[in-house]
Amino acid sequence: MQIYLPIAEVSVNAFLLLGLGGLVGILSGMFGVGGGFILTPLLFLVGIPPAVAVATGANQIMAASFSAVLAHFRRKTVDLEMGTVLLIGGLIGAALGVMVFNYLKSLGQVDLLVTLCYVVFLGVIGGMMFFESLRAIRNTRRGVPPKRKKHGWVHRLPFKMRFRTSGLYISVIPPLLVGTSVGVLAAIMGVGGGFIMVPAMIYILGMPTKVVVGTSLFQIIFVTAFTTLLHATTNYTVDIALAVLLLVGGVIGAQFGTSIGTRMKAEQLRILLAIMVLAVCGKLALDLLITPSELYSLGAGEGA
Amino acid sequence: MLWRLVLLLCFSALPLRAEEVVLGLSKDKVAITATFEGSEILIFGAVKREEPIPDVPLDVVIAVAGPSEPVTVRRKDRRFGIWVNTDVVVLDSAPSFYAVATTGPLDKVMSDTEDLRHRVSIPRAIRSVGAASMAEDAERFTDALIRIRRDQGAYAVREGAVVLDQETLFRGAIQLPANLTEGEYLTRIFLTREGRVVSQLETVIDVRKVGLERWLYTLSRQQPLVYGLMSLAIAIAAGWGASAAFQAMRRG
Repeated sequence: MQIYLPIAEVSVNAFLLLGLGGLVGILSGMFGVGGGFILTPLLFLVGIPPAVAVATGANQIMAASFSAVLAHFRRKTVDLEMGTVLLIGGLIGAALGVMVFNYLKSLGQVDLLVTLCYVVFLGVIGGMMFFESLRAIRNTRRGVPPKRKKHGWVHRLPFKMRFRTSGLYISVIPPLLVGTSVGVLAAIMGVGGGFIMVPAMIYILGMPTKVVVGTSLFQIIFVTAFTTLLHATTNYTVDIALAVLLLVGGVIGAQFGTSIGTRMKAEQLRILLAIMVLAVCGKLALDLLITPSELYSLGAGEGA
Repeated sequence: MLWRLVLLLCFSALPLRAEEVVLGLSKDKVAITATFEGSEILIFGAVKREEPIPDVPLDVVIAVAGPSEPVTVRRKDRRFGIWVNTDVVVLDSAPSFYAVATTGPLDKVMSDTEDLRHRVSIPRAIRSVGAASMAEDAERFTDALIRIRRDQGAYAVREGAVVLDQETLFRGAIQLPANLTEGEYLTRIFLTREGRVVSQLETVIDVRKVGLERWLYTLSRQQPLVYGLMSLAIAIAAGWGASAAFQAMRRG
């Protein structure tokens, strides 16, 4: 069944969009990532104009995350204190990111920088997670007990705060910094930032994996809501018809994803996410290296 | 007085309109609804004349053009091993949709001079005055635009798609793709003999979003904040609703 999208001004298959939403929803429920880094490129492939894909993606991710976070609240796997601290950093970062984005735009080549950002971050994070979880899986097989958390530089900073749900007593400076840097990247790359947030919470802040997912989703809701409003009021690129189709699939997928996620081991969950992050990274890197079949591309208006 | 005389002479120097187009459209309005899947417009008509049919065969050219906009065309080039957008050309105005249907090969039914004057063939329908100053090979950018849009079904030339019966009745169909933009689609019909335009007629096909599509589009432009908040509210409602439904399903 074809459906004409009022803002995107294209006609696409409704079931295809439902399926895409469902797929991304499963991911967001399982891993606590919004799925923007997969959804946005997929929407380009379907033929949605990039500006509309980015803006509507934010709206859809917000819905899927909201649905998933409710499931996490019921299991008490959301660290509200940590989420709030991260969010404060995130909003500061998003504001900074928008400024950086506009500066890059004035220099031209913003597309290339966004793609390079994706390749570098996805590559580094995916690689790190992949090898770390591989080691963890091997250790559990051999029966080596997991190491106790080390007291590194993170624990020596002032302004300590107790994060009950995570079982942490650390300074608020590292989470604030993590939130800010993720906010900057999220604004530049047009995603919620979960795929950077999740590993940062595990490896830098030392939070337990089960709490990480819910807390990340909690933070993503606010960042994507902010982004959606920004796009709707400045670029008029939020397509509600597209969003509704994606989120109907998405919210159902998120529920399934959450229950799959709770049944799996933390290391397995992490290695799956790592493989996916690396796959997207590889695809983007290939696009930069392989000779494109069409050297020319069309853009609207006079914005050269 | 002298001017009037000159004008009068000028007018009388023009050939008399011996043949005229009488036109019919299967529809002059296209409504874009939520389930719009493209449309076909049948353009038909007759040639009105008050003298015997000349010996030279008559040809018909139909051109339908969507609203024009400036278009930025970028070209990639290899820099440091990766493909990067390097050159940019802004074409002043290109129609979002353009279709030409004729009774025969376009270069036969219409001379180059007439094509230039009426801007009928696809490359002539695109205005690219400033393009030459932006790149040495500006034509390649125009060619790329035509190639890409043709692949998308937005530009089409259908030679021989217009049927002409007994030099008098003609009919042709124009396919409108599903990815249509709103606006006034200028429709021109030319009658030609030996490549010269002997008569022409212009009309407009109105393409509009209707119903829910219209309402959402207007709201998003006129009250973007309300639209944005509505989008968020729908997102939250859907998220909460699905979560609750899933919970109920599991219990039940």
